[in-house]
Formats: sequence, structure tokens, C-alpha cells
Amino acid sequence: MADARPRTLFDKIWAHHVVETLPDGTALLYIDRHLVHEVTSPQAFEGLRAAGRRVRRPDATIAVVDHNIATDDSRRTGITDPESRLQVETLERNVAEFGVPYIPLLDERQGIVHVIGPELGLSLPGMTIVCGDSHTSTHGALGALAFGIGTSEVEHVLATQTLLQKPAKNMRVRVEGTLALGCTAKDIVLAIIGKIGTAGGTGHVIEYAGEAIRALDMAGRMTVCNMSIEAGARAGMIAPDETTFAYVKGRPYAPKGEAWERALAYWRSLPSDPGAQFDKEVVLDAASIAPMVTWGTSPEDVLPITGSVPDPAAEADPARRARMQRMLDYMGLQPGQKLTDIPIDVVFIGSCTNSRIEDIRAAAAIAKGRKVAEGVRAMVVPGSGLVKKQAEEEGLDRILKEAGFEWREAGCSMCLGMNPDKLKPGQRCASTSNRNFEGRQGPGGRTHLLSPAMAAAAAIAGRLADVREYQP
Amino acid sequence: MKPFTTLSGIAAPLPMANVDTDQIIPARFLKTITRSGLGRHLFAHFRYHPDGSERPDFVLNQEPYRRAEILIAHENFGCGSSREHAPWALLDFGIRCVIAPSFADIFYNNCFKNGILPVRLPREVCDKLIEDARLGANARITVDLERQVVVRPNGEEIPFEIDPFRRHCLLHGLDDIGQTLQHAAAIDNYEARRRAEAPWLFGG
Repeated sequence: MADARPRTLFDKIWAHHVVETLPDGTALLYIDRHLVHEVTSPQAFEGLRAAGRRVRRPDATIAVVDHNIATDDSRRTGITDPESRLQVETLERNVAEFGVPYIPLLDERQGIVHVIGPELGLSLPGMTIVCGDSHTSTHGALGALAFGIGTSEVEHVLATQTLLQKPAKNMRVRVEGTLALGCTAKDIVLAIIGKIGTAGGTGHVIEYAGEAIRALDMAGRMTVCNMSIEAGARAGMIAPDETTFAYVKGRPYAPKGEAWERALAYWRSLPSDPGAQFDKEVVLDAASIAPMVTWGTSPEDVLPITGSVPDPAAEADPARRARMQRMLDYMGLQPGQKLTDIPIDVVFIGSCTNSRIEDIRAAAAIAKGRKVAEGVRAMVVPGSGLVKKQAEEEGLDRILKEAGFEWREAGCSMCLGMNPDKLKPGQRCASTSNRNFEGRQGPGGRTHLLSPAMAAAAAIAGRLADVREYQP
Repeated sequence: MKPFTTLSGIAAPLPMANVDTDQIIPARFLKTITRSGLGRHLFAHFRYHPDGSERPDFVLNQEPYRRAEILIAHENFGCGSSREHAPWALLDFGIRCVIAPSFADIFYNNCFKNGILPVRLPREVCDKLIEDARLGANARITVDLERQVVVRPNGEEIPFEIDPFRRHCLLHGLDDIGQTLQHAAAIDNYEARRRAEAPWLFGG
């Protein structure tokens, strides 16, 4: 069908996946890749079983455990927490019964679902990718349409390989110019969320573009797309380019030989056409972005590390003022306190936002030859067994351990407080994860979101610190 | 799924923006393999002290709101994690309708899959309903999906918008998968075409 209208990356991928459009405009959208984990799938498989349905495309589906598992050696002798064990065993029973490929806990490819998808070549440009996890937006870094779904939708995809969806609106976030020293993809995305707010992208798919985005490596692009959901957008995406293709080539599930050439030709047709219309557009100047850190309990409550805790008294809107006061009470902070004066108890480097080899290299570069401050617990949790292996081959584990960091097994770990890695009430954490919600890292825990390099600097300083003063 | 037609009940006021799904149901309660039983963990951090005792100041620990069937909140309700445990916990507690100025996308979708009606109304209207809800048991609010109106205790009717397909499914308690499978031939055709166009997407 000839359509002369310039189209966005999202428009193209969407159009290529519409099986049928229902009379009211709802599309039956075909799903190319379905990633499954232990927490949001048990009720979906149970639904299939109750209805006597099968998994339509086991070859398009893959399961892994990541959320509820321990990240220490205890995993080798069996899962001790009975509820976690039941959930993992339930997944193992389900994948066996329904014929779904599975990466077990002790497989070296095991890891966070949003790390292993791209790493294994399971996630490819142009695909529709879903998972029962909101950070599925990560995979959009490859130039895919990737978004999180609920368990009912997990069941729907398992049974039909489709979803009923209304098209999203197009939003473009352009980051122009060059990032300053010490600033990273994490600082870009925190700055974006700070600018547009946690509902800024609601109802939209965000395409990230501009010089500073193009200059990012794939790990950085994944960090940016990962936190699209924190900006309210179900999906974020970046046009595939030579950086993307070089990353994908040769990965275990990536196409090879003639299929690679065909795929490449197709992928090159995907970037947004010149003149494509976006419903909303935001532009940031990369040079004006400083290393960022959150001070409140929503990712939009973020400031440059050189800033101070804001004063609710200076806020005109009474609802906002009350909310700020509540956040300061929860976070145990005083108005006007310099961010670099905030002492920390725990450092967590990991999560689907920042646990790739590039993130660990960045942390190790700051940690090298230095020591974690007295009384600070600092942990590094690689995103997958393969990341861990590579880091060990590069000697990064040794650098980090010598500095006093814990070096752990792959998993979601302290991002979400549902496995043994949790904050204790009142503990304050410098964390490379994605959510600083109340209780997210454990009941009463206090979270400051920042980049891996900033987290490493905080570990050394024993307080939030400006990474620019801790360059290698 | 239980159909949603008309609901008349006690509404609990929760005048907070950005209520996230970690607040609705903290992750440590997600280690379950069933949909039921999550109601007692709904808003766990707000409802209970660390020792498990109730926080009397939280609305759902007060009469008559322990029996609330409607929740009224502020902007961006349900942001964060995609966990469907959030609507399951609301439903298990007894809440079948959430009224707010805006919702996060995934939570909004998840509601419809579980017979919960999310109603979007302007902030000033939500604030009026919150004032109504504060009157307690004598101030029942009615949500009529058939007529697409919220009825205040004083009889004032407030119309709301909703996607016609979702309204239809909710009114009749329809299962999405059953409906989609009526399009099985179209899915087969799409797959056959796609397999020729993009063979690398098939067979692992």
C-alpha cells in the first residue's frame, strides 16, 4: 500500500505488525518476541491451563528467572525462601508443560530479562517485543517497539501471539550537542524526566534523537530507553544505525548469512522519514546537563549534584508543597541541604537500567585504586552471567573487590525489594536503578538515583558526590 | 470476568498524585502464583506500621472506608511497575472503580482486564468527589457505566468518556482472548506473509 505521508519509526513498526484493525480503531498487533519471567507469568500459564489453550509460538518466547532470586552463592545450593522457590519451580513446571525455551538459574546466560534479550540477540531492530515488566522499554534502544504488559496480556500473547492495542501518539525527545565530562546516558534520561515529569510521555511512544543520543553506545541507549516508563511512556525507541547493527551482528540469536543481509536491508528502512510529524517534541541541550541525582520519591524530583534540597516553603502550589514536605520527611532531608552533604549507607550498582559491561567499567574506573568509605556497604550486581564473566576476564571484579565492593551474581537484586537484597528501614542508598519510590528498595529505605560512575564516587566519598571530582 | 454495569458505594478519598504500583502493592508481596488474597497487602506501607499494626490515620483503616468500593485520587494514578497485582489487590480489597484526573497507561489497561473501571475526570471534579467522599457512609457515589455518568450524592450527574470497545467488554465481562481467537485465520495469514518477508523472526 503506497503511503506518501512521511512516517516515524514507531509508525512503520506499528504498520508492519497490524494483523487486523477492528471497527473502532483497535489494532490486533502481532508480537515478535515475548520475554517471560517468574513473577508476572504464573497466573497467565494458569489461565491457559484452565482454558485448555497452548502457547502459540514457543519459538518466539523465552523465559528466565531474575526478580526474586538471591544474588549470592546461596543460589547454588537451592533457593531458601519458600515463596521464591515456589515461584521459580512454578515457572519451571510451566515452561516444561508448554514447551517454552528457558534459561535456568545456574545457566551462565541467566540474567535480568532486559539485559539478556539484547545480549543474546533475542531482541532485534524492527521487532515488537513485550514482557510482563514495565522496563521492557529498554529493548527500544535497538530500534524495536518494546513495551511492558500486565499478566492478562502475557496470557493473551502466549495464546494468540497478538495484543489488542490502540496506537500511541508520537513524541520526540531530541538531545542536541555533546555531553560534558562525567555525564552519561543516565544523566540524560534523568534530565529528561526532570524536564517533562513522570507523566510527560503518557499515551506516547518516545523516540530519542539528536547528536547526543546518536553518540551513545548501545548500553547507554538502553539506559535511556529503559527509563521511558519513568517519563510515563510505555515505550522509548532509538532509530537503528551502524552502532546498532555492529552490536547485533554475531549475537547467538541474531540472523546470519543471507538472512542477516535481508534483515539489514529491512532495518535500514526503519528510521523516521524526514518531515515525519510528532505530536509532541522536546529539545534538550546535552552540554547543559550535569551529573544528576534524585532527592525525592519520584524520578522527576531530580537535580544536578551541585544543587541543594529544595524548600517546600518556596513552592506556591499547596498540593505540591505538601507533597514535597512528605518527600523530605520520608527521605530524612532538610531544605537547603547541599546534595553533596548527604551521607549514604548503601551503594547499589546494578538493575536493568545500569548493569551492563559498560556500566561496570565506568564504576571500576572511578573505584580503581580507591577505597569504599568506612561504614558503607557497596555492591555491584552484573546484569547477566555473561556480563559477569566478561567483567572478570577484564579484571574489573578484582578492581572493585580491592576497593571494597561486593561482587555478586546476576539478578534484579536491590532494585525492587523482592529478593534478599533489600534496604533496612531508614537506610539511604545511592542506586543506579530506576525508581526511588517509597519502600521500593525495602520498607523505609531511601533511594537516590544516579549513574554508575556517580554511584562509585558516592561509595568512595561516603556521601553523594560529584563524579567530576573523582575522575580516574 | 465479572461484568461491570452500575456500582453504588462508599468512596475512599486518596488525594495524592503519582500513586505508584509499588505503593499499591509492594514487590515483596508479588511472590504469589495466584490472583487472589492480595487485598490485605493493598497499600501495605500506608496501612501498616513495620510491626504489622494498623496506621489509624490511613483512610482505608477508617470506617466506613474499610468497605470502600470506589477510590478517588489525583494525577498519574498507577504509575511505575506493570504488575497486575495492583488491580488484583484493589479488587480483592473490594474496590471496583478508581476515579482520577489521569492514569498511567499500563495500569489503566490492566484495570479493564480485571473488571475494574478507571474513570478519568478533571482535577476539580475529582476534588469535588473527594469532598463528597469525606462525608462518609451517607455519601454514596454511583458509577453508571451503561450511561457513562458518575452520580454525586446530591444527584448531580457527571459524564465521563471511555473507549467504546473497552466499555462493551466491561459491561459484558468479555474475555479478550476468546474474542481475539475469532480472528485466528487473520493471525495465520499474517504469520504466513511475515514468514516470507522476514524469515529471521521465525524458528528461533
